Amino acid sequence: MAELLVVPALLAYAEAAFAYLRELRGPGVAGRLAIWGVRLGWLAQTALLAGQALSADGFPWGTWAGSLNLFVWLVVGAYLIWGCTPRYRLLGLAVMPLAALLLAAAWAGGGTGFGAGADSGAVLAVHAGLMLAGFAGLTLAAGMAGLYLWQERRLKRHERRVLRVRFPPLDALDRLSARTVAVSLVLLVLGIGAGASRLERDELDAAMVVTFLVLAVYSALLVLRHEGWRGRRAARVGLAGFALVAVALPITHFAG
Amino acid sequence: MKLTLVGVSHHNAPVELRERVALDPAAAAGLARRLGPEAVVLSTCNRTELYLGREEHAEELAVATLAELAGSAAEELESALYRLRDEAAALHLFRVAAGLDSLVPGEGEILGQVRAAYEDGVTGSCLDHVFRQALHVGRKVRVETAIGESPSSVSAAAAALAQQVFGELKGRRVLLLGAGKTSESAARNLISRGAHIGVVANRTLAHGEELARKLGAKALVLDKVAAELAAADVVISSTSAPGLVVTRGAVESALRARRGRPLLLVDLAVPRDLDPAINELDGCFLYDVDDLEAVVAETLAGRRSEAARAERLVAEEAERFREWHASLDVVPTIASLRRLAEEIRDRELAKASTRLSERERRHVESVTSQILAKLLHLPTVRMKEAAAAADGVVYADVVRHLFGLGERSAERAEEERS
Repeated sequence: MAELLVVPALLAYAEAAFAYLRELRGPGVAGRLAIWGVRLGWLAQTALLAGQALSADGFPWGTWAGSLNLFVWLVVGAYLIWGCTPRYRLLGLAVMPLAALLLAAAWAGGGTGFGAGADSGAVLAVHAGLMLAGFAGLTLAAGMAGLYLWQERRLKRHERRVLRVRFPPLDALDRLSARTVAVSLVLLVLGIGAGASRLERDELDAAMVVTFLVLAVYSALLVLRHEGWRGRRAARVGLAGFALVAVALPITHFAG
Repeated sequence: MKLTLVGVSHHNAPVELRERVALDPAAAAGLARRLGPEAVVLSTCNRTELYLGREEHAEELAVATLAELAGSAAEELESALYRLRDEAAALHLFRVAAGLDSLVPGEGEILGQVRAAYEDGVTGSCLDHVFRQALHVGRKVRVETAIGESPSSVSAAAAALAQQVFGELKGRRVLLLGAGKTSESAARNLISRGAHIGVVANRTLAHGEELARKLGAKALVLDKVAAELAAADVVISSTSAPGLVVTRGAVESALRARRGRPLLLVDLAVPRDLDPAINELDGCFLYDVDDLEAVVAETLAGRRSEAARAERLVAEEAERFREWHASLDVVPTIASLRRLAEEIRDRELAKASTRLSERERRHVESVTSQILAKLLHLPTVRMKEAAAAADGVVYADVVRHLFGLGERSAERAEEERS
């Protein structure tokens, strides 16, 4: 029965996604409903993950669907840090539809069930946890980059409604996105470090190559920011890096 | 405790009267102390209002005080005064704090003024409650509606746009081109939101210096402005120059030194001062007068619907205040009833305690305490509900009669005397 916790989590995330869309027409009750949807959904998913962890013999999120389940939880958890402030509410518009879709995919793929788990040891659990947390941060940064480009476009085009919808400030989105990338990179490096201890010599697969590519792109982004690559250009590079995370990495990791 | 409000405002008092009764914060605090035990004086350029929490003669005292401030007889003031009591006074205060009673509905300054008046006032249970609730309403309206973000002028729209780009304007540097009234108004709007005017550039240096002195900035001649573009976050231009004052090339050169920091440029001049091609540059946002007027027209339309939503929020809070205020009628009865029950329990416990061990006594004490709490819970809730539905006094009388609450206190007083 506890497996059914995915249903309230999914419903709450979906409710939050719709409420954020409604919030676009102006701040109000919809924004509060959205935040409560995020909170309750995240709590339900936390209970689900705790149940999975208790019932599994080993690491319960080793499959692609299980990883996706944990990944969604991390993304939404990271979003909650900012999402509760009215000024950043609309960031949920970028995050929650994605979270709802990915959780649905994880459910369909059997990643929300109980009892399964690979006997993989603590090192792999730490490795997977850190890597997923890092990628979750990059997803959030991509959400901010997307929101940046949208708001920048509205300002450039002198949209008449530019002051009626409360977007996060452009400069804050730019800075927060860069900070999130920096924290995510640290998590990724730690995760790679944890995973490297289990590697055989000269073992290098496609997933690792893509992970290093992701690291390279985002590290370059941070270096370029110091050279003045901020704003629109940084947002585009961030989104390009996220394309690697979203498309290339799952294919190479789980299909390989 | 009765809440009484007497005041004058821009709705029905001319500026000549408002300026006579206006008080600076120190004088308002002094007056509140004089009018105590519960008094708050709210004085802004649009209103002077006295909030008093007392049972008797509050209205007469407030009217006499305002007449004294105005230097005229109370009868002369009559047509400009409004007098409100209890729920109506609270509703008015909530509307004031929410900015719904302001000259420009939704303006944000009033909430700070209400807070300052409350902090400087002499408050007891009534005024403390109503002002705390007013501050809560003011914040809630600004968070849950966009009424405070709807600028009503081109200058305010420019400042709101700067906040869309930078968020907090504290420490942001503004470059002002032109030293006329339009520039000054835009500058004041930005300063009120925390920005700092770095430079005032003008064709005539003397005029520029005059405005720069007022704004705490440095003055420059217009020709030297290109060098200042690198350090500025916001450029406001309103000169009477016949041609372009800042070209795309000048901004492009400055961008290299800006290292990707965004730049908001607002051109309030006709003919325009700033090259329209600047908007094509990465990180530059250029708005001219037409763009801003379109934004203002749109936000003013939105302000009407936001004001309606804000009124609903204020009405909900006023209803809460009404319930709280009504419950004050039954609070003494509830307190007496509980005291009576506790006295009976203590007496009976004292009688029984000689026959009980320490452990048994503690147990009986705990059980009787729970019985009392459960027994009195429903009557307490019902009495408060009745108070909210305006039947509180009737219920309180019935409870006092049934339990002989008044008689018991009279008996006790008699016993104490003897």
